[in-house]
Amino acid sequence: MSSPRSWRHYPQRYRYEAAVCTKCGKVHFPPRLICDACKGREFTTKTMARTGKILTHTIVRVGPSNFADQSPFAVAVVEMDDGPRITCQVADWNQGQLTIGQKVRLEFRKIYDEGASGIINYGYKAVPI
Amino acid sequence: MRDVAIIGVGMKKCGELWEKSLRDLYVESALDAIDDAGVDHIDSMYVGCMSGGLFAGQEHIGALMADYLGQTPVPATRVESACASGGAALRAGFLEVASGMSDIVLVGGVEKMTDVSGDEATYALATASDQEWEAFNGITFPGLYAMMAVAHMHKYGTTSEMLASVAVKNHANGSKNPLAQFPMKITVEDVLSSVMVADPLHILDCSPITDGGAALILCPADQAKKLAKKAGVKILGCGMASDTIAYHSRGDLTTLGAVVKAAGLAYKMSGKGPKEIQVCEVHDCFTIAEIIVSEDLGFFEKGKGGAAVKGGETAIGGKIPINTSGGLKSKGHPVGATGVAQAVEIVKQLRGECGDRQVKGARVGMTQNMGGTGASAVVHIMEVM
Repeated sequence: MSSPRSWRHYPQRYRYEAAVCTKCGKVHFPPRLICDACKGREFTTKTMARTGKILTHTIVRVGPSNFADQSPFAVAVVEMDDGPRITCQVADWNQGQLTIGQKVRLEFRKIYDEGASGIINYGYKAVPI
Repeated sequence: MRDVAIIGVGMKKCGELWEKSLRDLYVESALDAIDDAGVDHIDSMYVGCMSGGLFAGQEHIGALMADYLGQTPVPATRVESACASGGAALRAGFLEVASGMSDIVLVGGVEKMTDVSGDEATYALATASDQEWEAFNGITFPGLYAMMAVAHMHKYGTTSEMLASVAVKNHANGSKNPLAQFPMKITVEDVLSSVMVADPLHILDCSPITDGGAALILCPADQAKKLAKKAGVKILGCGMASDTIAYHSRGDLTTLGAVVKAAGLAYKMSGKGPKEIQVCEVHDCFTIAEIIVSEDLGFFEKGKGGAAVKGGETAIGGKIPINTSGGLKSKGHPVGATGVAQAVEIVKQLRGECGDRQVKGARVGMTQNMGGTGASAVVHIMEVM
């Protein structure tokens, strides 16, 4: 991944910055230029609440090469308490916690690195609470 | 708009075809379609191809194929909608003939997937998901469809045996299709004991990586009799729809909204309903996809698709035979060609050319092709003339 491409996502991956539509109040994560609910084009920035719940999940046993050292790993669709949905890995889970409805909190983690001279990509993973 | 007919089809056996290049795969199926129709020229051509760039290091595929098919200077356009590229190419060709812009249009699809490693192919396929907000986190396509399966199982009680039944049925059909990549029969036990890729999907719940091409010749329906050697198949309905690129943004994680919408458009245009469809090719990239699609096309009540396939309702001889070709699972899934290959099977079914896997008396058929986790969906309804 190029440095600018990685850098462009710091506000979301590092700081959970979401865009709130000033017209209808829908919270967008990541931000958009037009609201898909009301077509509004003005937004304010909000730090999204870091808690949510698992809507569905899987364990990826054959991962992409960048994730080979992590496989198998759990992934979930999480609905955040502020409304947005995200896909992310689930970390530090115990038996019985990779379930629909499980409450989770996003934590700052390393996602993958690109070898000796590449970028180390950071972002969020969901941890059961 | 003019009525449009398919008057020729062409397709060779799918597989890991080391001796054939991207251009070979397209041109050989296009030549077969031209010969099958018996036309002496084409006015325009389309190429459905998902990722010539990542799979073969080749873009600008429209002109390349026109050149190697000996058809320059006809207009040649490459169409890309991930795994729905073939269906989208068919829609583009349909619109060009319907509009009156061209009379004889070649619609082909192609993908050359085995010149790269399995890992590179996985990467190329993952570009059909949201690279920034899905793939970045390590999720794979089997992983995304596995999450669809978990949600469907949780909401409707769908079981791993029901998922496996899709693969078993499609391999049984594929064993009767000389063009199938994996024509062997398998059992539910084979599926359930195969290696787990992303829970609950085993390797035998997944469609393979495939080299292949497929092609169709389209013309105005009122010229079909004059131009063609065989019975024409009229395109009665054509629907396409889009949905959020990321699976997680869908309101209902157990429904493919674009499939519902595209099918609704195609049903409306054709004047037909689900009960009148006699044979259907659906996009079974994973077993759960066929179950969800069979519900979203209106063949079964929501949540009953799993029980229907397990009960044999989608087998040849059942209520609505699905994937008589073997589907993506057994016939193979050369992604950009798949939507066109589905139409090849339906045309052959409606012309009564399918031998051991023929659906007796079928006159009306349907194809459903989709890209990504269903962010693109294309549905066509056809009737033999």
